[in-house]
Amino acid sequence: MGSSSSTQHHFAFQNAEKAFKAAALIQRWYRRHVARLEMRRRCTWSIFQSIEYAGQQDQVKLHDFFSYLMDHFTPSSHNERDFLNRMFIEESFSQDSEMERDSGYESIEVPDSYTGPRLSFPLLPDHATALVEAFRLKRQLHACYVLNLLYEAKKHLVQLPNINRISTCYSEEITVCGDLHGQLDDLIFIFYKNGLPSPKRPYVFNGDFVDRGKDSIEILMILFAFMLVYPKEFHLNRGNHEDHMVNLRYGFTKEVMNKYKIHGKKILRTLQDVFRWLPLATLVDEKVLILHGGVSDMTDLKLLDKLDRHKIVSTLRCKTRKDSDKQAPEPEPEPEPKQAGPTGPAEKPVPWFLPQSRSLPSSPFRLSSDRAPKASRSCSIPCSGPLDRKELSRRVRRSVDLELERCRQQAGFPATREKQEPPLAEAEAEADAEAEAEPTRGEWRQVVDILWSDPMAQDGCKANTVRGGGCYFGPDVTEQLLQKYSLQLLIRSHECKPEGYEFCHNRKVLTIFSASNYYEVGSNRGAYVKLGPALIPHIVQYQANKSTHTLTMRQRISRVEESALRALREKLFAHSSSLLSEFKKYDTNKTGSISLSDWAAAVESVLHLGLPWRMLRPQLVSSSADNTLEYRSWLEDLAEEQLSHENIQSSLLETLYRNRSNLETIFRIIDSDHSGFISLDEFRQTWKLFSSHMNIDITDDCICDLARSIDFNKDGHIDINEFLEAFRLVKQSCSEGDTSDCP
Amino acid sequence: MAEEKEREELAAAEFHKKIKEAFEVFDHESNNTVDVREIGTIIRSLGCCPSEGELHDLIAEVEEEEPTGYIRFEKFLPVMTQVLLERKYRPIPEDVLLRAFEVLDSAKHGFLTKEELIKYMTEEGEPFSQEEMEEMLSAAIDPESNSIHYKDYITMMAIDEN
Repeated sequence: MGSSSSTQHHFAFQNAEKAFKAAALIQRWYRRHVARLEMRRRCTWSIFQSIEYAGQQDQVKLHDFFSYLMDHFTPSSHNERDFLNRMFIEESFSQDSEMERDSGYESIEVPDSYTGPRLSFPLLPDHATALVEAFRLKRQLHACYVLNLLYEAKKHLVQLPNINRISTCYSEEITVCGDLHGQLDDLIFIFYKNGLPSPKRPYVFNGDFVDRGKDSIEILMILFAFMLVYPKEFHLNRGNHEDHMVNLRYGFTKEVMNKYKIHGKKILRTLQDVFRWLPLATLVDEKVLILHGGVSDMTDLKLLDKLDRHKIVSTLRCKTRKDSDKQAPEPEPEPEPKQAGPTGPAEKPVPWFLPQSRSLPSSPFRLSSDRAPKASRSCSIPCSGPLDRKELSRRVRRSVDLELERCRQQAGFPATREKQEPPLAEAEAEADAEAEAEPTRGEWRQVVDILWSDPMAQDGCKANTVRGGGCYFGPDVTEQLLQKYSLQLLIRSHECKPEGYEFCHNRKVLTIFSASNYYEVGSNRGAYVKLGPALIPHIVQYQANKSTHTLTMRQRISRVEESALRALREKLFAHSSSLLSEFKKYDTNKTGSISLSDWAAAVESVLHLGLPWRMLRPQLVSSSADNTLEYRSWLEDLAEEQLSHENIQSSLLETLYRNRSNLETIFRIIDSDHSGFISLDEFRQTWKLFSSHMNIDITDDCICDLARSIDFNKDGHIDINEFLEAFRLVKQSCSEGDTSDCP
Repeated sequence: MAEEKEREELAAAEFHKKIKEAFEVFDHESNNTVDVREIGTIIRSLGCCPSEGELHDLIAEVEEEEPTGYIRFEKFLPVMTQVLLERKYRPIPEDVLLRAFEVLDSAKHGFLTKEELIKYMTEEGEPFSQEEMEEMLSAAIDPESNSIHYKDYITMMAIDEN
């Protein structure tokens, strides 16, 4: 009836309205949930990036240390000289003759019991395919074949120009892949999804094939094999990780020594040689330039084309000679009058790793001039503006002399008898003698720039202090370069991106990164790009891990986040003492507590990571009712998590922790025969030199005690791996399991 | 009262720092601007839970006269500080959320079928996009029963929120 139907209507209307409101509420709640996940994802990404780059800065400090010792230290005894020689002499240039005489593999026998892949030369496509299949099944290639393949690879590489020119007219599309970093799964996936290389399917691999991941050597074998089989269609560019100095730190050296216990050293020596013959860039149809890092405002493709690329053994440390020694081409007229120009003939070379702003930041929107381009990166090496080169050089020399003297005395070496200007004359004479073997500073910088630079959003070109090499280049630099050489696109890699790729500079620069799940399972996708005759980039993305597909976004983010937080807590622990002092400053009433806001400020001022600490705070500090933190017990909790070796007292542990990567690198350099052992004496001397350079306050007794406690077998030698295992997180402990009495 | 004012100023100063941090996470070019499409994420991660409509109003307040697609920090900060000081757009308590699900679950089963959830979320209220719907389904739906047991779902989500 009338009234009942209107009541029904009324109820119906009310119910509908209720449902509407309920739905709206749920949606509102859900959208907030998603937003918080997104924020967590971004913060996690920031953590990984800032820690990664802070690690690279550490590397710079280390080489800072080495380079000055190398250039200025005059050993006054035969022991000193030996010790330093172990650290510094690169076994490189004698390689060439050695390589010709005995490429090493002929004398190695492959036993009948070997079930891995067998190669014969010249390689056939089937061999290359068989390699991929064998590695997929986790077989290992015998050292004999590795060396043989490397030998053949080098023979081929030597014939290639610095800049490979390729064309799309012979094939459908060219596939360009970015960093792989030892992640074999990704390479196999790319071949699976895109097809194996062939004359119809050319590939360009844009550097950073090795380090970090666990299958770097296998990736190299596959890449070199295809390069030999399809020399016209398969191209490799050098990345900054194709460098034996970088490999010492980032895992490739370790991987090779682990997999090839007998012949590893020979393989590494050979690789050192092969890497420096890798081409520097690839040019497609004279229009698309592919190189690993980026460019600078000084990038000169003609010079790059002509220089002897094999003279640049490592981009991290390089003896160079003055530009005036060589008939260098006319330097390009500088567009920016403020820039420090290329080395003039009368000036002494200034080490590249010193901050030298090439131009002042130009954007009016910048809050402060010492902010790094990306919010998540921090700039711990002060970049206070361009200094006159002579003045800079003088200041640096003076402070280094003082420091060196202190180092020498601390390390127990006799003091120098007279004050002297650093023996540059001597260095020059030496340099002249080796003039043939060394690149000029200008040449070296050209290569460093293209292997290490990163794009930034602002115009201009400034030193890349985060990485310690190369520069940050702005859209104007890109534009300038593209116009100068009539190019239309720059493809580069070098930086991990959440989606595996990223366009910038008005889509004139494409970053392509092919190592998916780089920081952690679920952290990012990988991608490759295809270029057809129209040269329009077509991106393909992937994530080579089945398990991530079954995880929800929330779970994926949680896992990655956990990993990032673990790394961050380790970093916090490594700065416990500094944090404690900083906290105390805020605790004016000596209550033992500080506000959470002060906590955030203190942590940033100590760590300089540029992270959003207030956002991260709930994950790092359990909240209390009144928003304060008892900082001592918080630091103790951190320590408890990290301590896995009780014999080493915790303040020393903290210091060692902080410098762990650098120490490992130094050890591996000293351990020149890659035996995995260094003597107690070497350890003590190293630690002394290093700690005094880094201003670490440690008594002699402490060091001796430490050395003795690490010599677990009491045989006067320290097993490097054991020593480093002592500092692993409890959770990531070695496979033996028990970490409390270090095995 | 002077004390009240001082407390408010302290609170505002603290909010400034929080807002700046959140803003910077999305300030990719380090020039104190963010893409307008990220503003919702920033506001929500600062503890607020506005509806889409409320969000649009907020954006209108912080946008330029001639919308550029970017929001500047100078305009965002005062507006957002005020929002935080006034404790606007408070998050939804668990029990209220539960009641909302119960309203939709007219038969009082204790769960909603996948189809029911999709219908409500994409046709009622401020409808989800397909992406949002798929993402919610992936976490919420129990694959065996093809339904969402909302009480458990809410509890699970609440653990994250901590």
